[in-house]
This record gives sequence, structure tokens and C-alpha cells, in this order.
Amino acid sequence: MAASPAYGEEKGGSSSLGEPEYGHDPASGGIFASDYKRHDDLKEMLDSNKDSLKLEAMKRIVAMIAWGKNASDLFPAVVKNVACKNIEVKKLVYVYLVRYAEEQQDLALLSISTFQRGLKDPNQLIRASALRVLSSIRVPIIVPIMMLAIKEAASDMSPYVRKTAAHAIPKLYSLDSDQKDQLIEVIEKLLADKTTLVAGSVVMAFEEVCPERIDLIHKNYRKLCNLLIDVEEWGQVVIINMLTRYARTQFLSPNQNESLLEESAEKAFYGSEEEDTKDAKAEAASLAKRKPYVMDPDHRLLLRNTKPLLQSRNAAVVMAVAQLYFHLAPKAEVGVIAKALVRLLRSHSEVQYVVLQNVATMSIKRRGMFEPYLKSFYIRSTDPTQIKILKLEVLTNLANETNISTILREFQTYIRSMDKDFVAATIQAIGRCATNIGKVRDTCLNGLVQLLSNRDELVVAESVVVIKKLLQMQPAQHSEIIKHMAKLTDNIQVPMARASILWLIGEYCEHVPKIAPDVLRKMAKSFTNEEDIVKLQVINLAAKLYLTNSKQSKLLTQYVLNLAKYDQNYDIRDRARFIRQLIVPTEKSGALNKYAKKLFLAQKPAPILESSFKDRDHFQLGSLSHLLNAKAVGYQELPDWPDEAPDPSVRNVEVPEWTKCTSREKRKDKVEKPFYSDSEGESGPTESADSEPESDSEESGSSSSSGTSSSSSEEQSEDKEGEEEEEEKRKKKKEKGGPRKASPRSVGSEEEEEAEGKKVKKAAGPQGKKGHAETSSEEASASESSSSGSDSGTEAPTVVEAKRRKVIPSSKAGPKEISLLDLDDFTPPPPQPVPSSSIISTSLVTDLEGLTLTDTSLAPALLSPAFGAVRTYELLHRMAGEGLSVEYCFSRRPFPGDPHMVAVQIQISNNTDAEVKSLRVSEPKLLAGMRIQEFPEIESLAPGDTASVVMGIDFCDSTQAANFQLCTHTRHFYVSIQPPVGELMAPVFMSENEFRKEQGKLTGMSEITEKLTLPEKCRSDHAIVQQVTSAANVGRVPCGADNEYRFAAKTVTSGSLVLITLEWREGAAAQLTVNSEKMVIGTMLVKDIIQALAQ
Amino acid sequence: MCFQQKMIHSLFLINCSGDIFLEKHWKSVVSQSVCDYFFEAQEKAIDVENVPPVISTPHHYLISIYRDKIFFVSVIQTEVPPLFVIEFLHRVADTFQDYFGECSETAIKDNVVIVYELLEEMLDNGFPLATESNILKELIKPPTILRSVVNSITGSSNVGDTLPTGQLSNIPWRRAGVKYTNNEAYFDVIEEIDAIIDKSGSTVFAEIQGVIDSCIKLSGMPDLSLSFMNPRLLDDVSFHPCIRFKRWESERVLSFIPPDGNFRLISYRVSSQNLVAIPVYVKHLISFKENSSSGRFDVTIGPKQNMGKTVEGVVMTVHMPKAVLNMNLTATQGSYTFDPVTKVLAWDVGKITPQKLPNLKGIVNLQSGAPKPEENPSLNIQFKIQQLAISGLKVNRLDMYGEKYKPFKGVKYITKAGKFQVRT
Repeated sequence: MAASPAYGEEKGGSSSLGEPEYGHDPASGGIFASDYKRHDDLKEMLDSNKDSLKLEAMKRIVAMIAWGKNASDLFPAVVKNVACKNIEVKKLVYVYLVRYAEEQQDLALLSISTFQRGLKDPNQLIRASALRVLSSIRVPIIVPIMMLAIKEAASDMSPYVRKTAAHAIPKLYSLDSDQKDQLIEVIEKLLADKTTLVAGSVVMAFEEVCPERIDLIHKNYRKLCNLLIDVEEWGQVVIINMLTRYARTQFLSPNQNESLLEESAEKAFYGSEEEDTKDAKAEAASLAKRKPYVMDPDHRLLLRNTKPLLQSRNAAVVMAVAQLYFHLAPKAEVGVIAKALVRLLRSHSEVQYVVLQNVATMSIKRRGMFEPYLKSFYIRSTDPTQIKILKLEVLTNLANETNISTILREFQTYIRSMDKDFVAATIQAIGRCATNIGKVRDTCLNGLVQLLSNRDELVVAESVVVIKKLLQMQPAQHSEIIKHMAKLTDNIQVPMARASILWLIGEYCEHVPKIAPDVLRKMAKSFTNEEDIVKLQVINLAAKLYLTNSKQSKLLTQYVLNLAKYDQNYDIRDRARFIRQLIVPTEKSGALNKYAKKLFLAQKPAPILESSFKDRDHFQLGSLSHLLNAKAVGYQELPDWPDEAPDPSVRNVEVPEWTKCTSREKRKDKVEKPFYSDSEGESGPTESADSEPESDSEESGSSSSSGTSSSSSEEQSEDKEGEEEEEEKRKKKKEKGGPRKASPRSVGSEEEEEAEGKKVKKAAGPQGKKGHAETSSEEASASESSSSGSDSGTEAPTVVEAKRRKVIPSSKAGPKEISLLDLDDFTPPPPQPVPSSSIISTSLVTDLEGLTLTDTSLAPALLSPAFGAVRTYELLHRMAGEGLSVEYCFSRRPFPGDPHMVAVQIQISNNTDAEVKSLRVSEPKLLAGMRIQEFPEIESLAPGDTASVVMGIDFCDSTQAANFQLCTHTRHFYVSIQPPVGELMAPVFMSENEFRKEQGKLTGMSEITEKLTLPEKCRSDHAIVQQVTSAANVGRVPCGADNEYRFAAKTVTSGSLVLITLEWREGAAAQLTVNSEKMVIGTMLVKDIIQALAQ
Repeated sequence: MCFQQKMIHSLFLINCSGDIFLEKHWKSVVSQSVCDYFFEAQEKAIDVENVPPVISTPHHYLISIYRDKIFFVSVIQTEVPPLFVIEFLHRVADTFQDYFGECSETAIKDNVVIVYELLEEMLDNGFPLATESNILKELIKPPTILRSVVNSITGSSNVGDTLPTGQLSNIPWRRAGVKYTNNEAYFDVIEEIDAIIDKSGSTVFAEIQGVIDSCIKLSGMPDLSLSFMNPRLLDDVSFHPCIRFKRWESERVLSFIPPDGNFRLISYRVSSQNLVAIPVYVKHLISFKENSSSGRFDVTIGPKQNMGKTVEGVVMTVHMPKAVLNMNLTATQGSYTFDPVTKVLAWDVGKITPQKLPNLKGIVNLQSGAPKPEENPSLNIQFKIQQLAISGLKVNRLDMYGEKYKPFKGVKYITKAGKFQVRT
């Protein structure tokens, strides 16, 4: 502290024009008393109403902070200026605030309201900066405020604000890790964001908050791959590192063929011992393995899209791609990274240092990769020592029979270097080359022996140590060298070298029988002056000589042992005592005595000289842990490849046609097009990007289209999302007139369609046409009531009533929009088993494709808008399931047996031409608290057949997916069911008064209100009710007021009330309020309902 | 309280004498005492170049770079790719260089407020936010003498009052609304020869590394494309983010919307198959006599294969062995200096004319009694050749789209010695 004011003075003199001249300030003397005075001075300036004075004061304060001086006593004076109009003052106040808020929490709260106001500013940059500062103030009290602000910003229109929200997530997490669950939700939402600006930041947040939630990445995987090239550099690094880990969990090793060879050998050996149960599994696994390895297209996508980034100017990006290739690419392709890494060697020495460390590790595993660049690792005398030593490491790793002579010649020049540490390292490197390449061992040894006469002791010492190791390999041939070294004991003083020589002589005393006792004699003389390590070796030598040549050395040994007995070092005393007992026979000495010779003069294996970088690649390359060769805090292990690939279909994101033509266009234009991803295929998904995160429910909207696209299996070989999408589009257009009419609502009607699927199939086109023509209100209502009766079962008759009443006019009003099928022979489906799968509908559609269906489309004809609730979702795509396709829907019936479970109707179709046997659920992977009631095993399913079963899942009132495996007698499929929030509840009935009472209890944080605009078609009572009930499984509550709609439900697991109020004001404006103590559910529900109403 | 925090926690700037002259924390404050570990490592390393860039301490990791006599020491708490931090720190240093013309202790101390504002913008919570110089300059104006005079009188600020829209655009490297009266685009093709020449004069290793530095002052949103006569020469290229990779892949054309001002467009390496023409040769005789306290030093530099261009700006530096006390030399051209402390001999030759080859000759005085130096020092040579790209790379044409005006275009070639070393 005392030093720093003086410091300020020192630098004051040099400050330039216009800058505050700290030193010349008379008050800034080094005395403590005047310190206070100066601060008074600053306070005065801050209190003045002149901006220039304030600025001046703030500049001085910031300078104080920069020098590490304490300016905390100015806090009250500074914080007052947080709302100052002058931008620079404001900015500096922010700097101050972020620095000191943690220490002055109470006062810091005064500033919060300013930021809260800023959060609502119409200018996106101001919103962002307010959020940034707010989240940087580390004051635990404001955690809830921060949470709200982040949530709000995460759905901001501006991608820049959303980016800032992503940045704020780790800040909040570090402040209060209890917020994790809520933050994960925000992360999930932001991960779905399609703008490049957000991508890097949110992945960074993901890595920091929930790197273990790899499941969140599935749906965004392809998008991240495609956006990667347009993301800013720093984001690229984070994304690439994360994707490396992801790929390691999701794909199979591209090099598995090699490892397979080893494994299969092993299997043959142990196979017979395996248990029966395991057998089945192993068989399945080996079955999978026997198939030739085909790289998952997603795996390929990642490799392909990261490759251009090797050309980045940012070393960190290049390194990230390099490690990705090293860890993920097939051996044959890894080579491409060498060139880029060698390029980095031209960069700053710190970059070189890190890159060389990684190259050293890589060059052990993949030597061939760097061989063409051997000369780039040649050492210049101007390189810093640490770089030299790393280059040497690489050169040594690269040495092989063909290039060793060049390398040794190069090493020769290094040995003459002035840098002694480097010379020592070179000698070791020569030793390593000699051990690794037998051909040059003698050459190396001779070279090293020559070095023994080097003038520099360090060089000699290092040579001795290395020679010792080399000699161990073939001692018999080299007694000359040993003799030569024995002579060196007179001159060499370096302890390690002396110890090595002594060890060598002791070990091979038979080869030098005359010299050895003489050396011992000399050493005995100087014993007391030796270093400990040398003393130990003297004792060792004495013992060995005593055993082989006791006649000459007995007395010397006694003498040495006596000296050692009184040594200062207890290790040496211990050793002497131990050895005496062992070698000198006395009556006390035990059985070991006999074996003393065996103990001391056993054949010792030659040491293996290996690189210190060996096996370092179990750390992810490019990581801090790899560099330190120790696990750093927060290091995420790079997982091993899985034995069996997890279900690849989890990454399928199907962009339904209608998402492009809905009301979101107005947002779309704001969204930047990707700048450099030129290919159409790539820009496809990004474009549709824009918009908000789509809830999974939307995917199902395209169930029919997915079915269609799947028929083009051969085109899937290298499927980019975009291509697929294009494919779909084309098909759809071919297929029917107005695909756009296939609004999401239509999907709900599929159930109905399927119920009578087969009949319709037979009836085919003409009837469809007729049906369209004959649309009558009566039939509509009939179908309406029957179907709603079937699916909403015991639900509110009022709702059904309401629906029925409304349907009639609406279907009349819009015959173009709502075309109904001829339902003449439609019979209400029996309550169990519930409607068959939409697979039939899709196959129906394909069947109809060839028929003369022109403008009268069938699928749109099937939709009945009022028939809301049931939407089917795909569980297993036909392609992914190898012919087995599975869909599910939420039947909205109470699950028999357990009221806390959501009933899920599962529809399994066998599209293969073989029978599928023993279909069952197994190995559910559930989050804590979640439960699954599996459906009874299906014994067999004939080709072309469809079965429908019901299973119950207790989602614990969360929208977390339930993951489990769907097993057949041959395969396992990883599937997951993720419920839309609206399905997590069941309707309850209450009176208007009850509703009001309950609502009164659920205010404050439990109340979420959102304004919305009702689109044209949703401005009827019927439409509103229908959309709300389709979005969520709720019951309508009667309401006195006009233009107000109320709904109520209870969550299935905990039974918490969820109350929904929709107030329709004049025109299109409306306000939605959801009251629920489960805030998460509330927020999500609001989102879903608004989305449903917007469509 | 201290929870896992990724990325950069704090930054300390330390000068060569070990004073911490600036500290910035993006999260909770880390005490200056953490730098003691750094000083310890610095002491151990003998010279500044050998301070390990990554140091592990009980609670933190220190990642540092050394630039222009300043250590940038960042404090990290958890796993982070070290290159990420190193690259970022270099960007910080580059930015200071860009703003203040030099990245020195004085410049930083003089502009401490701007430095602080820059650091605030460059990192958010330790994660890089805005590192593009175009964006930063919109946020914080660089100081100029004129502006600082004006500011001191009027009390106005360095902070841009316009909001940085560049950050929002999909071309974040270019600021909006650029206007020039003279529209100019200059490209400097700079090639450096890295070489190791052995004792006998044969080339052990030689390689050409090049960069194209651009200075572009064009109004509006120009879309440029630059093509080469012989793009195949370029073996390995790294690009400024503005370059459209796909165009390069398919057509070998550099197509880009440039940032405003100075920037490095590409760096490249010329494919190693091409033989590198070495423009100079060195004849040397350096010897130390056994058991005497002197030695001989005789070096001649001559031009070779310079394609009719003059080799100029030739400087030779030699790190003499420690035993050398002094040197007594005569130069036929230029002047030499010998620093007895660092043992560095520097000979500023200037231009080489083939008629009269520059020579430096004389006696080396050794410490008496010290053993004869084992080795001969290697000679580091610098030189420059104007108007020549040694690889033969030639720009074919530059086209501009998207704007109406006609810009002034210029390309300059220059060849330099990179890491050019002659072993003796």
C-alpha cells in the first residue's frame, strides 16, 4: 500500500496532455492524512453538477483501481452518479460498481433500479449493457432479479441481448448454484437459438453450468455444426471443444476396425466362459461390429464443417480443430492438421510452447503425420530454451530408421550449443534414439563416449547417465567403455554422474575385475565428502564387490560400512545397517543371507527411455490439463467411444413446412442471414432458424412429411439437414395441392384419420373428393363430438358442448380452410385400444400418391380444427428403427393404476418384412423421481401390423425427457419421450368463486402475465377455447365476464393448481395470465399457449 | 463462495523490474500476491523468454505472455484451453499497439483510463466479447493529440457516443458508415525467408512465409476480390475472418468485405517443394586459439540470386560465447557494436553492392584463463529486398463490387529475412 501512492507520483510526470495528471495533484502526497483529503476532494468533484468535473474524478478513481489502490470509501459518492447522463461518466461508474459492489452490498442495491429501467429500454444496446452490469454485480440479494432479467432477455427480440443473457448465465450460476435448474432451462432455450451471435456464448454457458447435460445438444447438434464457421472466433473454440466431447459419446470410433482385431482375439479366448445373459448382449454387439463400419453422417458433418477452420488466423481455433481431428477423425484423415499446426510454430513463443507440447503428444501416436515437416522442428540458437527442448522432444519422437542419420547430424550441432540445459536434453535425446532404433545404437554410444572428454562437466555428466542406461542393454560388449568411465571418477564432480559410474562398475564388476576394487578404494577415501546419492552407490558397490570378490574387498567394505554407520543422513545409516546384515554372515542373520548374491546381482531389465509425453493423450489435447499433465480443476474427461452407437435419430430435427409460413415472418426479416455459409444446404436450416426456439411439439407436426421423406432412403446417404428439408418440400408439393394448409392443428386429427385408416385406404381418392364436396355441418359436428368424446373421455361436458356449438358456424364459415372428410361410415372408435398410429396415415398418403389426387388434398381434408387435443409424436423413425416405426401421443386419459402418471399411447408399426418379436421397454434412464410403468411385452408383431399399447410415465412435473430403450429380439433403440408442458396436467372443475379464491392465493411470483395479439382466425370464442385446450390438458371454468376465458388444471404428479385466464380486449389485443406455484410450468405454459394462439 | 469460474479471472501487467503497474479483475478480486508465484518462476527462468507461459499454483493457474518488455499475467481458476488465453492476451497487446502506437509501460500508464475501458469491453465475465479493432474503435475512440487537447478544454470524452452497431451486424469486423474522400486500397505482400545454413554454406532448411497486410480506406460496404497469377504457390493459408472460405476453395480467389483500416488479410506458406532462392551468402572464419586469450573473427556477406534487386537493410547479430571479453574489429562498410554485458555483436551493414563486399574482421579478446569456447556462435542475418516477392507470387487483379466509385489500388512487394541463421 505504501508503495503504490509513490508509484502514482512517479508516473504522474509522464502523463500526457489531457489525461488527468495524478502526480501533480498536490493532495496526492504519500502521507496517509492527505489521502483522506484527496478523497474528500474527489467526493466534492463527484457531487458537483458539472459533468467534466465528475469525469475527471471518475478517471482518477479508475486509475486508482487500476493500480490496485483501495477506493472503496468513495462508494456512496460514486453510486449516486449511476444515472448520470454523460456516457463516459456512466461507463466509469459501471467499472467502479462492478469492482466494489461485492464489498458494499447494501449501497450497491441503490443502483439496481437504474439497471432495471435500462432493461426495458427500447434500444437493444442499452438493454444489453444494463443486463451486463446488473449481472456483473456480485450481490447475492439480487439473484431473483437477475434470474428474471436473464429469462426475459433470453427471449428478447435482439440477438445481441440474448447473447448478453447467455453471458449472464454463468455469472448468476457462480453467485448462486441453486439456480441451476432454472438456468438450464434458459440454456436449453438459448441453445435452440439460430443466430451465430448467440451460439458461442450459450455453449460457453452450457459448458460452465451443465456440461453433463449432453442430451440438450442432440437437437442442436447439426445446427451448431452448420453455424460454426460464422460464429466469432472465441465461440468457435468453445463449441468445437464441446462437440468433441459430444461426438465421443454419440458416435462409434472410426478406427474401431483395428481395435476390433485385437478384441475379437480376446473374445475367442474368453467367450466360452461368459454367462448366458451376457452372451445375448455380446452377440448383439458383435453382430453390430461385424457390420463394416460406416461413419455416422453427423460425425462426418462435424469433421467436414470444422476443417476449414484450420485456416483460421486464431491459434486457439486451429488448435481446437486439431484436437478434434486427433480425437475423432479416422486415422487416414488426421494428417490434415499437421500443416496447420506447423504454421502456428511461426507465431509468438507462447503459442509455440503450447503447440509444441501438443505436437509432442500427437507425434508419439501418429508419427507419420509430422514426418514431412521434420525440418520445421529444427532448432535455432535464438529459440528460448523451453522451446528448444520441446522441439527436441518432437524430433526424437519423429526419428525412425530412415531419417535418423539426418537427425543425428542435427543433434551433433546442438551438442555444441552454448545453452547447457539444451545440450543435456540433446544427450538424453540421443540416448532415446539409440534405444528406439537398434541400428544406430553403437553409433550413438560411440558419440556419447566421445562426449565424455568434453570440457564441460555438465555434458560429461549427462553423457555418463545416458551411457549407463544404454550399457545396460548389452554390457558384455562394452567393458572398454566401462573402464573409461571408471577413470572419470577422478574428474567428474556431478553427483548424479558419479553415482551412475559407481552403479555401473558395481553392476558389471565381473567385466572389470581389476579396476572395480581400486575404484572402491578411492571412493572409500573420499566417502565423507560425497553427496548422499553417491554415498549410497558407494555402499552398493562395496556390497556387490564383497559378494563377488570378497578376498580383495572385504576390509574396504567393512570400512565403508563403518563410515556409513555414523553418517549424518539416516537413509545412509539405514542402508549400511541393512546391507551389513544381508551380506555379512552372522549367526543372527536370517535365511536371506544365502540369497544376498541373487538379490544384488540379479539381472536387471534395461530401462526404457521413453518420452514424457507418452500417454498424455488421455487428456483432451489443447487443454490446460494436457499441458500440465495433471487434471486441472473443472476438467471434463474426454469419454471413451461407446461400444454401440446411441440412437442417431435423437439429432433429427425436422423443420416442418408450416413453420415457415406462420406469423413469424415478421421476425424473420430481422434475422441475419449467415454470411459465409454459402451452400444452400447449409443456409437452409439457419434461415428457418430465426424465430424462437421451437418446442418439440412442433416436430410432430411434420410426421406425415417425415414419413414421406423416409421413403427416399437412398437419398439419405449424406444427408444434410437442408437437403432433407428440400427433399421434403419437393415431395410435398408433388403430393398435394396445398401443403401449407397442413397447419399444426391438422396433426391432432390424425388420430381420427387413423381410426378408420384402413377403410379410407380402400375408399381412396374418389371418396376423399366426394367427402370434401359434401362437407356438412352436421357431419362435422358428429365427428366432432364423437372424437372429442373418445379422447377427452370423462372430461367436462361443458367443454364438449361449447365445442360443438362453435364448430358448426366455423366450419360453415370457412369451408376452404376446413375441409372434412366424408365420414359416412365413420364409427366412433372404441375407447380402448385407442386410435392407430399415424404411420398408417403416412403410408396411406404414399399409397394415394399415385392416384389422381390433384387439388383436393387428403391430409388437409382430414383436419378438423375443433378436434384439438391429440397430437402424435414420433418416437422412432422408420429409418432409424430399421423398419420399425413408433409413434406416441398423450391420450389425456388418467393412467389406470397410478393417478400420478401421464398416460402415453404408443403405436408400433412393423414395416419390415419379418416378424418383430418380444417388443419391450428396458433400461429406462430417468431423472431422479421419475418413474415409468412399462407396457406389457408384445410377443410378436407381424409384418405390416400395428399394435397399440399404453404406458404410464410420471414426469415429476418436469418437461425432462424420459429416456429408455425399446428392445426387440434383435435390436435396442434409444428413445425418449418428452412431454409438452400442457400434458403434465389434468383438468379440474371448479366454480367461478373457487377459481377466484385460488387465484388470489397464487399471486406475486406465481403469477405470470403476458400480452399477446390474437391473429384473425383466433378471434372467436370457439377458436380460443379450442387452441388453449389443445395446447394444454385443462378444463374450462365458467366465467361471468364476456371476453374472458378461464381454465383450470392440476399437475399430475404434485397436484398443484394451474389456473389460466385469458382476457380478450378490444381488437386483437389480449392478455394471458397463468397462476401456478410451479413457476417453471407456468412460464412454459404461457409460452405454449401463446404459440398455439398465434398459429 | 468461490465457485468454478472459467476463462480469465484477472489480469496483471508487470514490467521487467517486477512492478505490477496495472490490475484488472473481471470477477472477484484476486490478491496481487498471486503474482509471487510468477516472480518465482521468472527468477528460476534466468531470462525472460524462458518463463513458462503456464504456471500452476495451489489455487490458480497463471497464463502469461511477454510482449514489448511487459508481462501480461492472467489468472485462471479452472480448465481452459491455454491457447485461448494466450491468443487473447496477444490480442490485448495488439489493441494497445493499435491504440497508442506502442505497447509500452509508459503508453499504458498514460492512457490508463482508456486501457481500462478497453479491457472492460474486451472481456465480459472473463469471456472475450469484442476483440475486433473496428468495433472497439467505435466504442472507445483512440487518443490523438488533437483530441486530447480538445478534451481537456471541453471536458468531452473518448467514449464514442454512438452505439456500436458493428457488434450487431453480420459483418462484425467492419464499422458502419465509413466515408473517405480518397478511396484507397493498398496491399503489401511481405515474404520472409526462414533458413538455417550450415557451416559449409549449404542449406539445411529454408522456407518462405508470407503475409498480405492491407490498408483499406474505402467508403461504404465494398466487396473486394483479389486474385493471383499463381495461387498454386500458396501451400498453407490462414485467413482473416472476413474472407469467404468457399470462394477460395473453389476458385482460389480472395473474396471479402474488408475491415476498415489496417489488417492482415492472409498469412501463407509457400509449398516446400519449391526450392528457396537464398539471396545472400556468408563467408566466415571464426576461431579461438587454444591456451591464448584471443581469437579471430572474419565475416564477409555477399549477394546471391537476388534477381537483379539490391539487398538492403542488412544487419548481422551474433551472440558471442560468454568467455568473450571484447572485440576489436574493422568494418569495410557500416558500423558495428559489441555489448560486453549481453555479448551481442551487431553489425549494421546497410546495402550490399556486389562490387565491394562488406567485410568485418578483427581480433576477439577472451577472458584470460577461461577455457577456449567449445562452439562457434551462429550468425543471424536480417535483410530486405524491395519490390520482390521471392516466391514469385503475383497479384493478378483486384475488383470491387457493391460500390460505385473507383478506388485507388496499389500492391507492394517486399522480401525480408525471417529467422535466417548461419551456423559456423
